[in-house]
Amino acid sequence: MASIPPTAARKKIKRSVSSPADVLRLVGQFFEAVYQVFVNIIDFLMHPLQNRLGVRGMAYVFVLPNLLIFGVFILLPMLLNFYYAFTGSTNLYPADRPFVGLENLSRLFSCGNFLDPNTCEVDVFWRAVSNTGGYVIFQVTTMILMSLISALALNRKLAGQGFFRSVFFYPVLLSPVVVALIWKWILQQDGLLNALVVSLGQERVGFLLSPQWAQFWVVVISVWAQMGFYTLILLAGLQAIPSELYEAASIDGASQTQSFWRITLPLLMPTMFVVIVLSLIRAVQVFDQVFALTGGGPGTATTYMVQYIYDVGLASQTNQYGIASAASLVMAFFLLLLTAVQLRLGRNSEIT
Amino acid sequence: MRTVLNYLTNTRGRKRLHFTDWLTYLYLLMGTAMMFGPVIWLVMSSFKPQSEILRFPPRFLPYRQETVIVEGYDTPLQLFDVVLEDGTTRRLAQVRRVGIEAQLIDPANPEEIFRVNIADRTPVESVYFGLENYQEGVESFNFWTYLRNSVVVTIAATVVTLLVNSMAAFALSKYQFRGRDTILFVTIATLMVPLSVILVPVFLVISEVGWTNNLLGVIIPGAATPTGVFLLRQYMLTIPDELLDSARIDGASEWRIYLQIILPLARPALAVLTIFSVMWRWNDFLWPLVVLSRSELFTLQVGLNSFQGELNIQWNYILAMTVLTLLPITVVFAFLQRYITTGIATTGMK
Repeated sequence: MASIPPTAARKKIKRSVSSPADVLRLVGQFFEAVYQVFVNIIDFLMHPLQNRLGVRGMAYVFVLPNLLIFGVFILLPMLLNFYYAFTGSTNLYPADRPFVGLENLSRLFSCGNFLDPNTCEVDVFWRAVSNTGGYVIFQVTTMILMSLISALALNRKLAGQGFFRSVFFYPVLLSPVVVALIWKWILQQDGLLNALVVSLGQERVGFLLSPQWAQFWVVVISVWAQMGFYTLILLAGLQAIPSELYEAASIDGASQTQSFWRITLPLLMPTMFVVIVLSLIRAVQVFDQVFALTGGGPGTATTYMVQYIYDVGLASQTNQYGIASAASLVMAFFLLLLTAVQLRLGRNSEIT
Repeated sequence: MRTVLNYLTNTRGRKRLHFTDWLTYLYLLMGTAMMFGPVIWLVMSSFKPQSEILRFPPRFLPYRQETVIVEGYDTPLQLFDVVLEDGTTRRLAQVRRVGIEAQLIDPANPEEIFRVNIADRTPVESVYFGLENYQEGVESFNFWTYLRNSVVVTIAATVVTLLVNSMAAFALSKYQFRGRDTILFVTIATLMVPLSVILVPVFLVISEVGWTNNLLGVIIPGAATPTGVFLLRQYMLTIPDELLDSARIDGASEWRIYLQIILPLARPALAVLTIFSVMWRWNDFLWPLVVLSRSELFTLQVGLNSFQGELNIQWNYILAMTVLTLLPITVVFAFLQRYITTGIATTGMK
């Protein structure tokens, strides 16, 4: 700065006010100055603390707010959940709840035949479990397949790649309620899809009124809303495969199909496993989209485990907190299992 | 056209488009239609008047029947093309309809009344993007209240998240202290434990703290995101320790190091977390649903859901409100899509 002659400097200052970019720079400088003042105030206030605790001790200060929120709103509820599962009555306040041991769990598990929910004492829970099982199987397989095809298509070196990638990702950003409403509008009695059905000479279908159709559409819609996310991860996995391998393979006379089965797929496997486990964990927790779309109906056709917990524990007036928490435990067990698998895979393949 | 074709058939490295490339294009274009189609259908429908909303089969573009103001009549009259008995077609305005008979007049000559069968007239329509659904919907839906709540929650929660997560990440990446590994392990282990598993006790804790029906109950609990801590920590590990040490030698306190060295250097990671936090909070549904029961505190998502649950669905308003709810996210995405997609591809989180 010192080397600039005074006249040039003055010219610069004159110009700086006229162009919008320089106005922005001035605003930036202003905020930087404000930030400096802020830093100095914090520094001044925190100095005595550091003098007392030492440099090491400050680490606890930094980690404290996060730990506090985390402990109170995540860790504590996790522990409380056990307490609720093993105590009875309809009181929410922990001290008012008598210990009942395994009663909640055994009620949940008292079934004549686990494959037939009607023989169970808490039949809705087992219907929710079997609904969730069906959903998980169909949703995850369809979604992984679609994501893989899309990722392979997006990985080809074609023009407009960035655009298509964004397009496939866009629905991921929509909220569950918005997704549900978009599709409810299409699937309703007088909706777009029924117009298509009628134009093909068929009778109108109550897509959200028949149990099978509702279950089908719940899967389709969640694939629509989520596949972009997994497509991106798989795409990143595909792009990490070194292109030299393909070149070497083509020199050796391998066809495209051969290099897909022998190179692409095996090298994509670690990413694939991560994607499968992530999507499984998410599928087990299916709730909000479906809740906004069908409310769990018709009947209990689309009532899944989380909705069961929500209905029994919070939404209904029966206040069966014990049963809801016991159901939570069952679900947490499944999720923990999946997480353990994922952490293990992550350690083995060093991909997380 | 030529240049567009050249651009599309331009391959990187290969000589010319293989038939599999055309198949890929076909797939991608079909995918585009599938992904955007439902949203475009929603947007188009949101401009339709009530009569069009109920029409079956529906039409793609929003139409409105043309009207004309005729002296002597208080309300605008609907225009029809009418086939008269002598076989000629005239454009007439309908005065009233009795059963299957319609009474129409010529706007230019309002004295004479034509009586025709309703089957002999077709409405005169034009494409019209009406904003009535938006204007009336905003009022009956309490839109501004919900919007304010959503904005407050999103901004406040993002600021708190960035602050507490970056502080924790700083401590976990740059200090050796007792309990560090335990904290790290618990953080990673709970990465996968979702709120949905602990609904009942979370509700208890929030009501004990006194935050039911308080926006704080939505903002604070989700702020200590394990994902955010993890993401920021991984990034901060790449900042060399020598920078911190030399700052300490120069007499900087730990807070000054955090505010003046770590935060500016971690800007890219903070930007990614900001985008994610905004998306999470704007779209969040389950947590506000559990915490809030008074409708004046609802966020847009909860409000929208309760609006559609009312007895008779008023689709014209719901569609308009849905468009308004997805608009901010769509605009953000349009501008930041490259950062969002690469951010997700590299961190693998949502």
